[in-house]
Amino acid sequence: MDFNGSDTLPGPRAEDQLPHTAQSAAKIVIVGGFGVGKTTMVGSVSEITPLTTEETMTQAGIGVDDNFGSASKTATTVAMDFGRISITEQLVLYLFGTPGQQRFWFLWNGLFEGALGAVVLVDTRRLEVSFDVMGRLEERGVPFVVAVNSFPDAPRYALDELRTALDLTPDIPIIECDARRRASSRDVLMTLMRFLHSLAMTGSRT
Amino acid sequence: MTPPQRQKRGPAPEPPPPPAQQAEGEVRNPERMYVVAGPDGERAELDLVTLIVARAADPPPSASPEQAALLRLCAAPLSVAELSAYLHLPFSAMGVLLTELLTAELVQARAPIVRRSRTDRSLLEAVMNGLQRL
Ligand SMILES: Nc1nc2c(ncn2[C@@H]2O[C@H](COP(=O)(O)OP(=O)(O)O)[C@@H](O)[C@H]2O)c(=O)[nH]1
Ligand SMILES: [Mg+2]
Repeated sequence: MDFNGSDTLPGPRAEDQLPHTAQSAAKIVIVGGFGVGKTTMVGSVSEITPLTTEETMTQAGIGVDDNFGSASKTATTVAMDFGRISITEQLVLYLFGTPGQQRFWFLWNGLFEGALGAVVLVDTRRLEVSFDVMGRLEERGVPFVVAVNSFPDAPRYALDELRTALDLTPDIPIIECDARRRASSRDVLMTLMRFLHSLAMTGSRT
Repeated sequence: MTPPQRQKRGPAPEPPPPPAQQAEGEVRNPERMYVVAGPDGERAELDLVTLIVARAADPPPSASPEQAALLRLCAAPLSVAELSAYLHLPFSAMGVLLTELLTAELVQARAPIVRRSRTDRSLLEAVMNGLQRL
């Protein structure tokens, strides 16, 4: 892009600027299949209009090297939406909505490793889309909760039926939500925080 | 009607290998990004939510257009993710740009809070209080 047009370069609106006191940020990942409502959930709780960060993915064997990012090669651009919530004058929380396919996860350094926890967003019309992601999170010891986004035409199951189908241990929270509603999305995040808090109390990892 | 059943995988590998070695099949991890951070010049991994702040009000005349654009954006603290979004630069390109600026002491990096085996409870409580006010 042309960096000389600095006057027109978009940046945060005045009201979207963080205070100078902002010391550190933490992140949460919202993960799920295409169309499950990740962007909607990020947008409904974010204090800023969701933004997009991109990364370039190259095919293996076609050297990922010093030239990484140059225009040649078979490169695919993968995008990830994110939003932000100011917690205190010092602390900021970021929410990243990321595709469920594990091959995308490595594109962003420490996305899952550093996240406080994850929300696995599921759609009961395509429950199996989320199976792989849950397995990966379990393997990596990333604590997660499951949020069932209620689409009108989706089959409705009792939560304990879903818990059995998803093979979730009894401690892992599973809740219904409407990602379009701020209060509902906030409840999902609160559920994750309470779960992380309970893990911190017992000292167990997952 | 019953939902489809997930089959759990085997026990988790212990300890999980670093992600760079975990990338399977067709995709490899781009190089890990390290930036020089902190007064003692230690190398820190660049995170999506590392907060970047410009040290001076205006970019120096020596700054490249790209550097100047970044410096203007982070007059107030801004995460690497936001910088990447506003600059339309891939996350991996941010490492190069930020290393230059950190080395020239034109920006300051504020390290993120990352998950530990035992997350700080007061942090979680602060987040819960913050969410309650939403
Ligand atoms: N009925 C209903 N629709 C939703 C809900 N969440 C998202 N949608 C819709 O589902 C579509 C896909 O959502 P989006 O957030 O883009 O999915 P993403 O691909 O996971 O980011 C959009 O048209 C949303 O308006 C929900 O909770 N209920
Ligand atoms: Mg989306």
